[in-house]
Amino acid sequence: MLPSRTLAAIWVAAVVLLPLVLPDPYVLRVAAMTCIFAALAASWDLLAGYAGQVNFGHALFFGAGAYSSALLSLRLAFSPLFAVGTGALIATVIGFCVGYLCLRLRGSYLSLATLAFPLILIGVLFAFPDFSGGELGITGLQPLASSRVGNYYVAAIAMLVLVFGIWAFADSRFGLVLHAIRDDEVAARASGIDTTRYKLAVFGISAAAAGTTGALYAHFMRGAGPSTLETALSFQVVIWGVFGGLATIYGPVTAVFVLYPLTEWLGSFGAFGELRLLIFAVVVLLVLLFMPRGLAPWVRDRIETKCPRCKQQNPVWRESCRVCAASLHQPSAGLPQSPR
Amino acid sequence: MFQDILVTGLVNGSAYALLAIGFSLIFGVARIVNIAHTAFYMLAAYCFYALLVRGGLGVLLSGLVAVSSVTLLSLVCYRLVIEPVRQHEAAVLISTIALALIFQETVLRLFGGNYLGIPSAIEGVAHVFGIAIPWQRLLILIIALAMLVSIWFLLHRTRLGLAIRATANDLEVASLMGMDVNRVAMATVAISVALAAVAGVSVAPVFVVDPFMWLSPLVTVLSVVVLGGLGSIQGSVIGALVIGYVEAITVFVLPQGAFLKGAVALSIMVVVLLVRPEGLFGVAFEEER
Repeated sequence: MLPSRTLAAIWVAAVVLLPLVLPDPYVLRVAAMTCIFAALAASWDLLAGYAGQVNFGHALFFGAGAYSSALLSLRLAFSPLFAVGTGALIATVIGFCVGYLCLRLRGSYLSLATLAFPLILIGVLFAFPDFSGGELGITGLQPLASSRVGNYYVAAIAMLVLVFGIWAFADSRFGLVLHAIRDDEVAARASGIDTTRYKLAVFGISAAAAGTTGALYAHFMRGAGPSTLETALSFQVVIWGVFGGLATIYGPVTAVFVLYPLTEWLGSFGAFGELRLLIFAVVVLLVLLFMPRGLAPWVRDRIETKCPRCKQQNPVWRESCRVCAASLHQPSAGLPQSPR
Repeated sequence: MFQDILVTGLVNGSAYALLAIGFSLIFGVARIVNIAHTAFYMLAAYCFYALLVRGGLGVLLSGLVAVSSVTLLSLVCYRLVIEPVRQHEAAVLISTIALALIFQETVLRLFGGNYLGIPSAIEGVAHVFGIAIPWQRLLILIIALAMLVSIWFLLHRTRLGLAIRATANDLEVASLMGMDVNRVAMATVAISVALAAVAGVSVAPVFVVDPFMWLSPLVTVLSVVVLGGLGSIQGSVIGALVIGYVEAITVFVLPQGAFLKGAVALSIMVVVLLVRPEGLFGVAFEEER
């Protein structure tokens, strides 16, 4: 088995088995939040990494999911599961609207314009404090499961489904088209790809996933506040995505699983607690200086090599490619004299 | 109320213009979306506070020292943090975010999270054409105008300005014509941060100073720059005045206006972008190959 697949399998096993090994409530809480944010980061990567629509306002989808599911279950007495689903649906609709508005924008313009959307929503929510709870937000939601372990599993399984779903999407023909749109939109259109439809679709899918995570967050925290829409959260998502490695899906997930528990753990020390955001920023800066393409691609380059002939991934310790048997360490030797 | 709108819009608009021009310059010359831009503005305000209120230096001296030390700091940050990852656009982006967070947290540790007030440089109220304007606000306006005129002079009447405009126009050709593109980028960083620092020092006595004061102007500056068109100086100035007035009108006319001022300003930006995606005065950049 490839080293990266081994690592992924170990990770899935660890996520599933964690409550059996460490049933500590604090650990479970941090782990559940990590799962929720990992799925959020993965949904951002589909939009920004694959399709190149670098969204600076991803908190909009998260917050829309959180607020709408919270309002629905509190004001209209929806059951938690149904509220999560409807919240995700509302986020998807908002995703389509944002995608439509951003169709004509590219590059930095798109990033800067998307930064505005969550702030517009915050302004509107603050202007109607009776409806939205104002700066305090909405509290008093029912959790999705009755026990602590149950709540963790809801977050963990939702995360696994979302992350692997997004990964499957990104690895399919759809993902290939997204790569093409990011690299050269004009060329993609010239090859007969309806880029408008694809861009709208990727906004919708990404918003649906982010909205689900937002709704889960609201039910996990038993409330939704303005912090789910803040610029700080949008920036946090961008940091996770770039720190982990763009256009990989597993990169941002890795980044969340490294950075979120790290900051929480630092926060548990009295003296460090106040410095944790500072330490977080310094760690991000230092890691980027040495691994500008992100953490996960850097690690993958250390444990795997690409076969020079068939472009398949191989463990570094192999002499010849596991698929086409070409020599891995003398790139030019295998080509002309190969048996095939 | 009409007078309030007129004055507030003009004063805020000119402060936004100072910030937006710098942001736009860095983007145009070095293609850096500098999220830390307004964090330098916040640092300058704190530096000014420390020198003036705690250090007891004079207004002029503290202002000058604050602006020049923040400018120096920006050059150090550029060399240490941004330049090594210049080839990776995404890495540059989050390096600037990380820098902004570092500044915010450092200031939070040093000065605490309280709102700090700085006494006005000049007390009293001036009467211009029958409209009462506090001297401090008039001073912001005068400083902003002076900075605008000098930046125009720098860009259009000096060799450095020529190099900056050439690099912004086409980086590769500028490099082929023998311009040291890296030094031009450094100079641009220094100029734009100096403008942000001047803005920070001049508005500090009017607004409150706190470690999170960089976030809301950041969003405003982004909307100004997008509205005016990235990389366009006159677009930034006009966009800043538009946003300044829209905010002032929202605050004074609408109920709950203080909450909605950001939302209304940003909505206008979105509407303009839908009609004209490259902004009001946008230079449509050639796609880089």
